[in-house]
Amino acid sequence: MVYGVLRFINFVHGDVFMVGAYVGYYVGRLVPHHSLWGGLAVLAAAMIVCAALGMLIERLAYRRLRSSPTLNVLITAIGVSLLLENLSQYLCGATPRSFPELFPVATYHVGGVFVSSNQLVVIGVTLLLLFALRYIVLRTKLGTAMRALSLNPQAAALVGIDINFVISFTFALGSALAAAGGILYALNYPSIDPLMGVMPGLKAFVAAILGGIGNIPGAALGGLLLGTVETFVGGSQWSTYKDAIAFAILIIILLFRPAGLLGRFTVEKV
Amino acid sequence: MLSVSDLHVSYGAISALAGISFEIAQGAIVTLIGGNGAGKTTALRTISGLLRARRGRIAFLGEDITALPAHKIVARGLCHVPEGRMIFSNLTVDENLAMGAYLLHDRALIAQNRDYVFGVFPRLKERLKQMAGTLSGGEQQMLAIGRALMGNPRFLMLDEPSLGIAPRLIGTIFEKIVEINRDRGITILLVEQNANLALEISRYAYVLETGRVALQGESAQLRTEPLLKATYLGG
Repeated sequence: MVYGVLRFINFVHGDVFMVGAYVGYYVGRLVPHHSLWGGLAVLAAAMIVCAALGMLIERLAYRRLRSSPTLNVLITAIGVSLLLENLSQYLCGATPRSFPELFPVATYHVGGVFVSSNQLVVIGVTLLLLFALRYIVLRTKLGTAMRALSLNPQAAALVGIDINFVISFTFALGSALAAAGGILYALNYPSIDPLMGVMPGLKAFVAAILGGIGNIPGAALGGLLLGTVETFVGGSQWSTYKDAIAFAILIIILLFRPAGLLGRFTVEKV
Repeated sequence: MLSVSDLHVSYGAISALAGISFEIAQGAIVTLIGGNGAGKTTALRTISGLLRARRGRIAFLGEDITALPAHKIVARGLCHVPEGRMIFSNLTVDENLAMGAYLLHDRALIAQNRDYVFGVFPRLKERLKQMAGTLSGGEQQMLAIGRALMGNPRFLMLDEPSLGIAPRLIGTIFEKIVEINRDRGITILLVEQNANLALEISRYAYVLETGRVALQGESAQLRTEPLLKATYLGG
């Protein structure tokens, strides 16, 4: 998301994901468990808090670096990431906590496959957010401005686009999605800790590269492929190398198809 | 309408404009001519807010706009069609035009502007759903001007509209510039390498040389100026 507009990898993404899970944990105490509406309310709360957090990070850490070399921004991102990880260890403690069962829990038996209700929630919410995101980016004026800005910030400013506002919005959107990811993850692996975002953050990066970076359906496809491969490896005798294989995929993709599966090398007339 | 006084701009230690001043009257077509590196593009970029002046003042409609960010300058009706056109090649022609009207909220006005743009450049209407990056150079220039017109400008700055365009289209583009100025009363500041053409359609001209105004006057008179003839008009 952020990469598509600003051309840098937001390494803080995994940590916003973690913050989302923690917001879910604390807000989750206030609502009745095992209820669909309570669960959705927690999801919405986490997304709103993290959207604000994303805007704050952009304002404080990245805005000054807008015209600096990418390396400086990257180092800053790692710094913010460490800050969030350690701050939440300080505030919430490093001990893992068990995440509440927000949504109703049931298991369905469909055609020989067992599906838990949480898995359905994950699929439902993900699809919904994916379509909402596609709609915002492709159909709205603000989304079009995001795409215009990603190509040429100066030209965008010359048609009257307030660059700071659109970038801020981009961070809000990306961070809200990370928060949703954090909640969905915590529902299925119900133990959360301040470092829980590191691995998913890296994996999301691999998935984005795999699908073609800056490409929304590509990222979803990449995530799905990566998840499938990991699950199969996890169930086989090489399960210890699950993570290694994920990163091996990253290296192979970068070597042989750097634009990703759905990505294109863009050729433009000048 | 636009008044620039004692404008100094530098890139790091290198000075690009060493104190230029000029005035542009409402409704006129004025041109800035000069060789490479004379500071023409720098002047436009500073007026539109993409570059910051080190010293000097830019006033538009009597108000100081020197320190305003680019998007607020556009909002006042001063629109810059940059060198190299800078269309959004990753968007469709339709989306490019929509972005031109980014600051407008009145749908009827936007529709009216679209009709006007299609009237001036019928070619754009045929290419609406096409990605802007696949247009020819001339069509891209039409799109860049069309995009600027979508925002209802009062003042239009055009940077090298003849650059990278098939020679037979250059005439068309310049005719359209005159037409826009005449029919809509939009004041135009034109930067051009092709000094002959620029002097032909403009009322007044400034000649820049290494960051200073070297010469100025009525375009019709400058065309016969011997010094200018030798340097820019090909003898």
